[in-house]
Amino acid sequence: MEAVKESGLYAKPIYRLAGDRGFLVEFGKGIDPRINSKVRTMARALEKNKHGGIREIIPTYRSLLLIYDPEITNPDRLCPLIEQAGNTLENQEDSPCNIVEIPVCYGGDFGPDMENVQKAHTLTPQQVITLHSSPEYLIYMVGFTPGFAFLGGLDEKLYTPRLETPRMLVPEGSVGIANNQTGMYPVASPGGWQIIGRTPLKLFAPDRSNPFLYKAGDKIKFMPISEQEYDLLSQKENNL
Amino acid sequence: MNAFKILAPGGFTSVQDRGRFGYQQMGVPVSGALDSFAFTLANLLVGNHENQAVLEITIMGPSLEIQKKMDIALTGARMGMFLNNNPVEQWKSIRVKPGDILTISQVQSGCRAYLAVGGGIKVPEVMGSYSTYAGGKLGGFRGRPLEKGDELTTHDTKLLDKQRSIPQNLIPQYPSNATIRAIPGPQDDYFNEGLTTLFATEYMVTAKADRMGYRLQGNALPIRKDMPKSIISEPSMPGGIQIPPDEQPIILLVEQTVGGYAKIATVISTDQSKVAQTTPGDMILFERTDLQTAHAVYMEKINKIAKIKELLWG
Repeated sequence: MEAVKESGLYAKPIYRLAGDRGFLVEFGKGIDPRINSKVRTMARALEKNKHGGIREIIPTYRSLLLIYDPEITNPDRLCPLIEQAGNTLENQEDSPCNIVEIPVCYGGDFGPDMENVQKAHTLTPQQVITLHSSPEYLIYMVGFTPGFAFLGGLDEKLYTPRLETPRMLVPEGSVGIANNQTGMYPVASPGGWQIIGRTPLKLFAPDRSNPFLYKAGDKIKFMPISEQEYDLLSQKENNL
Repeated sequence: MNAFKILAPGGFTSVQDRGRFGYQQMGVPVSGALDSFAFTLANLLVGNHENQAVLEITIMGPSLEIQKKMDIALTGARMGMFLNNNPVEQWKSIRVKPGDILTISQVQSGCRAYLAVGGGIKVPEVMGSYSTYAGGKLGGFRGRPLEKGDELTTHDTKLLDKQRSIPQNLIPQYPSNATIRAIPGPQDDYFNEGLTTLFATEYMVTAKADRMGYRLQGNALPIRKDMPKSIISEPSMPGGIQIPPDEQPIILLVEQTVGGYAKIATVISTDQSKVAQTTPGDMILFERTDLQTAHAVYMEKINKIAKIKELLWG
């Protein structure tokens, strides 16, 4: 095994083959903002000197997946590039991230599981809202469904297990909690998360020039809004 | 002007091109034709460039009413095709005219056939591709497989000067016992005897086999006792062989972007076409290979397509 520094960051990345077109570079052990920051700075550095054969650079919790064109390059050629990028980054700070505000109407019809979360922790609805909307949540990665953000930083007081029976369809824009995670449903899909609210924003709009509102490395801040504000924003979104 | 109307949609017929690239980091899967070889040849046969949108047909073929004079060609799975009730050959371009009825019947060998039309199918481009991502209701024809009554159009093009065909010796066979080459990794270190088992015994394709993934059944592939049962979620490549807690392998395909289970090996990109042509009940034997061989095989495929292109245009 590789030597592990105190935070879980490996002294040297672990390289893994993902078939003949994918190369996975793993930077550390566990879910940790420092490892995730390293992943993103490496992604940026490689993006900047995008080597001819690299087709896609996908940042994740603790690794980068490089999709390459085997006609042009291969892992033997990619390794020195990765090491070089790593060396130039030695003392570099993570670039300032965007904070993306997401308005959320909590409870009521939009948050059918608000009561479950309250009861699990004997909190008032207002306390749940305050605890949920106070942190700035780091987006560790995006994936699973289009625009689905894996967020870190949920207050322990809100940890709530998934629903025993998942819903057949969770509406688009729903905001929920599953164990130590919180997240948003950019597209309607089946799901077992405890739904506590909904955003009127279109988190994924394939026809918009930029279909997404955020990317890995940004931070999400939920802003509580009233039903009236929800309706207004919703109309505005749909008229765009 | 419309090109054709769907009289019966078949099993699962969708509009696909090579795929939607560059958005996996935002959770949008690549989609696209599963058998890239048959897909490319269908386009070349009707005079299209290599990446125009075609119909991907699964197990049961559709019936179409032709509304425009054009050239068409069917490649991939052997399905049986009839023009106004007369049998016509696959892997050949055919001239059709308004009023013709084209019927593609049931699969005889393979699983997926590709129907290309001159000019390519015209649907709105979504994030750089015409491919249907049915799971996300995105792209293709209204984000879904085709239904009875749908009318599709094509891009304008010239008719072929003379009809084209693929020589018999270049047409792939689709046996129900497929040998599929795979490279260990990305998490081969999570397994010990599992790796030996994977490359030594056959696996059956189950009924749970679609564009997202193929669930297989066979000898269990246990994760080492000293390793975690799952991994921190990470992006997946098409071809990744994922091992969930039931220890039965799933070959991940083109409608998947993230997975939380260890992947013991990855099917080489060239052989993903072979996976796409297996149907439930077929047997798969994984053959262990390495990166160098996989890249050599990939180059062979590129050269083969270049030669076929020369042959057809010559």
